[in-house]
Amino acid sequence: MTGLLPARVIGQPLERADGMAKVTGTATYAAEHPVPGLTHLHPVQATIARGRVSAVDTAQAEALDGVIAVLTPANAPRLASTEDPELAVLQSDEVAFRGQVIGAVVATTPEIARHAAGLVQVSYVEQPHDVALRPDRADLYAPDKVNPAFPTDTEQGDVPSALADAAVRLDQTYTTAWYHNNPMEPHATIASWDGGDLTLHDSTQGVTAVRDTVAPVLGVAPERVRVICPHVGGGFGSKGQPHVHLVLAALAAKAVGRPVRLVVTRQQMFALVGYRTPTIQRIRMGADRTGRLTAISVDVVEQTSRIKEFAEQTAVPARMMYAAPHRRTTHRLAALDVPVPSWMRAPGECPGMFGLETAVDEMAAACGLDPIEFRVRNEPERDPETGRPFSSRNLVACLREGARRFGWAHRDPTPRARREAGWLVGTGVAASTYPAGRIAGSSVTIRFGPDRRYQVETAAADLGTGTWTALRQIAADALGVDYAEVDLRIGDTALPPASVAGGSTGIASWGSAVLDAAEAFRDKFGANPSEGDEASGGMPDNPHTERYAMHAFGAQFAEVRVREDTGEIRVSRLLGVFAAGRIVNPRTARSQFIGGMTMGLSMALHEQSVLDQRFGHIVNHDLAEYHIAANADVAELEAHWIDEHDPYVNPLGTKGIGEIGIVGTAAAISNAAHHATGVRVRDLPITLDKFLS
Amino acid sequence: MDADITLTVDGQVRQVRVDTRTTLLDALRDRMGVTAPKKGCDHGQCGSCTVLLNGRRATTCLALAVAHDGAEITTAEGLADGDGAPHPVQRAFLDHDAFQCGYCTPGQICSAVGMLDEARAGHPSAVTTDLVGPVELTDAEIRERMSGNLCRCGAYVNIVAAIQEAAR
Amino acid sequence: MNPFEYRRATDVAEAVAAVAERPDAVFLGGGTNLVDHLKLGVTRPGRLVDITRLPLDRVEPLPGGGVRVGANVRNSDLAAEPVIRSRYPVLAQALLSGASGQLRNLATTGGNLLQRTRCVYFQDITTPCNKRMPGSGCAALDGYTRHHAVLGASPQCVAVHPSDMAVALAALDAVVRTHGPAGQRAIPLVEFHRLPGAQPERDTVLDHGELITAVDLPAVPATRRSAYRKVRDRASYAFALVSVAAEVELRDGEISQARIAFGGLAHKPWRAQRAEQVLRGAPATAATFQRAAEAELVGAQPLADNAFKVPLARNTLVSVLTELTELTGATEPTQEDTP
Repeated sequence: MTGLLPARVIGQPLERADGMAKVTGTATYAAEHPVPGLTHLHPVQATIARGRVSAVDTAQAEALDGVIAVLTPANAPRLASTEDPELAVLQSDEVAFRGQVIGAVVATTPEIARHAAGLVQVSYVEQPHDVALRPDRADLYAPDKVNPAFPTDTEQGDVPSALADAAVRLDQTYTTAWYHNNPMEPHATIASWDGGDLTLHDSTQGVTAVRDTVAPVLGVAPERVRVICPHVGGGFGSKGQPHVHLVLAALAAKAVGRPVRLVVTRQQMFALVGYRTPTIQRIRMGADRTGRLTAISVDVVEQTSRIKEFAEQTAVPARMMYAAPHRRTTHRLAALDVPVPSWMRAPGECPGMFGLETAVDEMAAACGLDPIEFRVRNEPERDPETGRPFSSRNLVACLREGARRFGWAHRDPTPRARREAGWLVGTGVAASTYPAGRIAGSSVTIRFGPDRRYQVETAAADLGTGTWTALRQIAADALGVDYAEVDLRIGDTALPPASVAGGSTGIASWGSAVLDAAEAFRDKFGANPSEGDEASGGMPDNPHTERYAMHAFGAQFAEVRVREDTGEIRVSRLLGVFAAGRIVNPRTARSQFIGGMTMGLSMALHEQSVLDQRFGHIVNHDLAEYHIAANADVAELEAHWIDEHDPYVNPLGTKGIGEIGIVGTAAAISNAAHHATGVRVRDLPITLDKFLS
Repeated sequence: MDADITLTVDGQVRQVRVDTRTTLLDALRDRMGVTAPKKGCDHGQCGSCTVLLNGRRATTCLALAVAHDGAEITTAEGLADGDGAPHPVQRAFLDHDAFQCGYCTPGQICSAVGMLDEARAGHPSAVTTDLVGPVELTDAEIRERMSGNLCRCGAYVNIVAAIQEAAR
Repeated sequence: MNPFEYRRATDVAEAVAAVAERPDAVFLGGGTNLVDHLKLGVTRPGRLVDITRLPLDRVEPLPGGGVRVGANVRNSDLAAEPVIRSRYPVLAQALLSGASGQLRNLATTGGNLLQRTRCVYFQDITTPCNKRMPGSGCAALDGYTRHHAVLGASPQCVAVHPSDMAVALAALDAVVRTHGPAGQRAIPLVEFHRLPGAQPERDTVLDHGELITAVDLPAVPATRRSAYRKVRDRASYAFALVSVAAEVELRDGEISQARIAFGGLAHKPWRAQRAEQVLRGAPATAATFQRAAEAELVGAQPLADNAFKVPLARNTLVSVLTELTELTGATEPTQEDTP
């Protein structure tokens, strides 16, 4: 284990530090902080998709007992910056999408605020809206880059010639649906001003990022904004950056001079807090007679909002997954009158690997090869895009280990060959991948406390990921002390800043800073510190970043049953094997993997935000109509990992595990469904009607 | 329109003034500061607000507080004993890491406690083949009976394992 | 949500009077549908009359072998009732396939019958809906129609009734007992819910202020077999795409009696009388079941997103009848698992 921090507490399956608080319901989430004098805000939303507000009649709402203020573009305080159109709430009368916030009621109780919001009469000058994502639109454009900073297009070799010359060819289009993150805890903010100081209790994946984003919008210095968030009821990317409700709460609190609470309703979440764009992926592949890919081409069409660009990096995983001398990827966007898309668990990889891994399954079959063998044959020695070596790449090991555990060896590849009591049964496999990155900007302070315990402080977040536990384990090993001797404080901008919990970078980034701080502490104070001794550290640069391609990999196996007469589909088994560097806490890590896979199952079978183009909004905007997997949808589901020693990614050897679990799951399930039925579903979700004739 | 009601919450008799529009969930969370029941959807579509209402599991977001004047409510907080020892179902959730973000968890736990009582009483579920026989609490039975509690973190397999352990 | 007056009724007559005297008064049962709609603004009553403490919570035997179910009997209690489990399995199964355990503990028998459609446009007050606001138009007709009707719809409304329980009750020939301002009446369940026609705002034949007090289940012979099967987009906790409640009696391999109702296909639980006619007196074979299904579904008029409901309903009915008549396997012979 050269170069890595020796693991002693790291690697232990410790119970969650915040577990007792969560099972008893005493962990405090954003909307639950007791704040004296609290008032309640209910937004008013646009019922047109494009145009402008011509008049707002607030008289009825204002006349209601308990109403404190009705805010509209006409009377809302001005923001210092409207550079981010998503956050520039009530700053103009323009309506850019249906559901946009165009007013707000602040009242003494939530019931009154909601009632009054319904009494606000809004008149519009409506313009024709355009919300239709189609690959043949004339106005598709190439963004400057795709999220977060990848090139929009890439090209190597001569794809058209290679495709023309290929012995085996594929040209198919795969689509993924419009998805909403839908964490169980709705987004919520309590904003209170004390003079020029603002305190925000917010449900967020990064208190520092919230502070730094919101302060200039409100025109206050960041040090006068405090953001507190000890627990997050899930985020999956939708709480990675502030959305409009946060600014609205702060603005309203300023306007009424009292603390304001805004809890976004489930229905409002479908317009206001981000989502994953639908994607249309045209994939072309060519292979020689031995099943070696000669060309890979992925052309993606997806949407962004007219007011703010977000370009999902859907084709990016196709750049590094498989070897092929001729390669091309493109991203084209339609800027529509729709809400602003944003991050959702594994942006890019999640939708992109559905298309790619389904296409690979089709190619394997066309080449007469087992899909695992096909992948092994096309395993690149180096990153095909940059030519850099991989810091570690254990996709093949995951495929082999998964095949062994799943019982792949005796599989008859013939589709529709296995029936059990009226159900068609099939199995499928797909690969997973996710980049192993870090985000700069985290600091950690370690202090030796009066109780002779080490206080470790950083503004990191735990959105269910296990930070409260894992970071403490890292600190214990970094300091060479017992877990019980370490106290951790996170989720508060009063602590040293921390990067956002996004991109599966949390533990790698914060953990590196913990290590740096611990080294500084020991250098300064040795093994026997005195009360009050304190040292800080940050995340050091990694010289290997420019020399290696760094990614986690995995393999997912699914067994699917489709009822022959009704088309009902069930995933009877799901098994994942991952190679994601060192695992800090096997107990919480396993939960992350199975959680990602469960969300992948949900994406495969259920999830779809239905846009009504006439109105321009998502009509199935609640949890009864937007289905996420329920308990009964998940049968056997296992996650495993292989020991992976990667000395290059960071001194902890961790790769990040929050997102890879969702990558490839839907493809494994669709490949299994094809094996079961002979029907190839290229458009998610895989619903029963696709098997009925 | 306001109304004064009495609720017994986690063993404590408490009086509270509510708007007739106030749900039981909002009465607990906003008016009484009892935040163990969570608001996930506010429309009976997620189960996060589940408590034991007069001993039976029930969603509280679609129940009007005023209609439940006199009710006895046990939340996840009240399931643990006063000395901080967790209820066996809570202990099993901890042992199996049957949650991540924790937001659906109090509802899952109240639901599990109520569900285990229902199964012990022999109540069938939608997947019970023999409607009149005793209930064998298979994994499939637990999954069906717990499907009213959504978990976006995807802890279902751990939830089922935890409940199996608690049922033993 | 508009403010409203809350009244707790102590007897049936008082409850009926309290609603009848105000056009904007409604009964409050378990609240699982009404409170949902209050929040959404789908309905805006000025008075709620709470009937949950009325003594309508018993399941009692009727002379002649039937069963009377009080309107306030909770869905979970009814499903757990021994007489329902043993003699009316179709009803127990239907109840248990609806909603979730914690909702069934609140939802009542009467309230379940009065559930309103889950049509997304009905529930969204920013879109037109003739059921919610008569004359405003039907947004569903040319909209998202995966869950909508294929039978009995009108140009004014293509919504479906969401109840599972009511589908079983339709097959059981249950009778709804009511107490209204004009007195008491007994309404056969199959006549209780309406087709939308030109008045989609009316889900049932109830008058304003008319309270459901009980549902009567007729006696069933011991030889009758019944089952409920629900097909949905999630394995549990989802409304039906299609459901089938079926009761059959067999004599010497022939079907002597059949009662069939579909859920998820129409504005009301759809009693499949054409299918029943085909079945009665016919041999219990796959071909008969197929013919029965087709006889019922021949007039189906699918919308843009729900053509699949027709084969789905057909195959589900065939499957349920096959199981009830103890033919082995599904529509095709099963074959052994290949390794």
